[in-house]
Amino acid sequence: MAKEKKPKEPLPPLKQWLGPVALAWFVPGGGHFLLKRHGRAALLLVAITAMFLLGLMMRGTLFQPKTGDLLTTLIYCGGFLGNLASGILYMATVWFGYAQPDVAGHVHDYGTKFLVTAGLLNVLAMVDAFEIAAGRKS
Amino acid sequence: MPKVTLNHFEAALLFALFTSIVFGVVTTRTDRDRVIYGVKSFGYFLLALFAIGWLMFLSHG
Repeated sequence: MAKEKKPKEPLPPLKQWLGPVALAWFVPGGGHFLLKRHGRAALLLVAITAMFLLGLMMRGTLFQPKTGDLLTTLIYCGGFLGNLASGILYMATVWFGYAQPDVAGHVHDYGTKFLVTAGLLNVLAMVDAFEIAAGRKS
Repeated sequence: MPKVTLNHFEAALLFALFTSIVFGVVTTRTDRDRVIYGVKSFGYFLLALFAIGWLMFLSHG
């Protein structure tokens, strides 16, 4: 028997979720702070910021968008988007000149992964902020 | 900016810790469920870390 499809929920009004989601991107945990989920906001802020800072201290590199073959495009553009998702952490790193060139070594490699993962975790935090703002979860 | 040098295990452990915290926080359900999910997630990361580590060690002879 075919599984019945759940009806798609309509998107809530933009003004209801845009602020929390934008703040969640700009400052990790910011969306949760705005929505008065202070405990969860603090945990997100600490975990994502610590991951990003550790990545920098391990001399990880920030991706620059680069095109070429499929894999190169995927890695460099995807990595750039992942870095960009860290919001103010990424911008401050670039503005204050802490972005470092790519060097060989397992510690630097881990650092690069930490930097991208911090951004991807912030995307999860943004989705969570959206769902709370839209009233889909508490 | 101070430089941090971690070995593979320390880096993977910290990665697992921070990722599990975020996984725990963004899951639906109650606070208790969030803690359980975070701890479980951390445990699975550790399990995978040791399992893949041993697999690599044994496959290299």
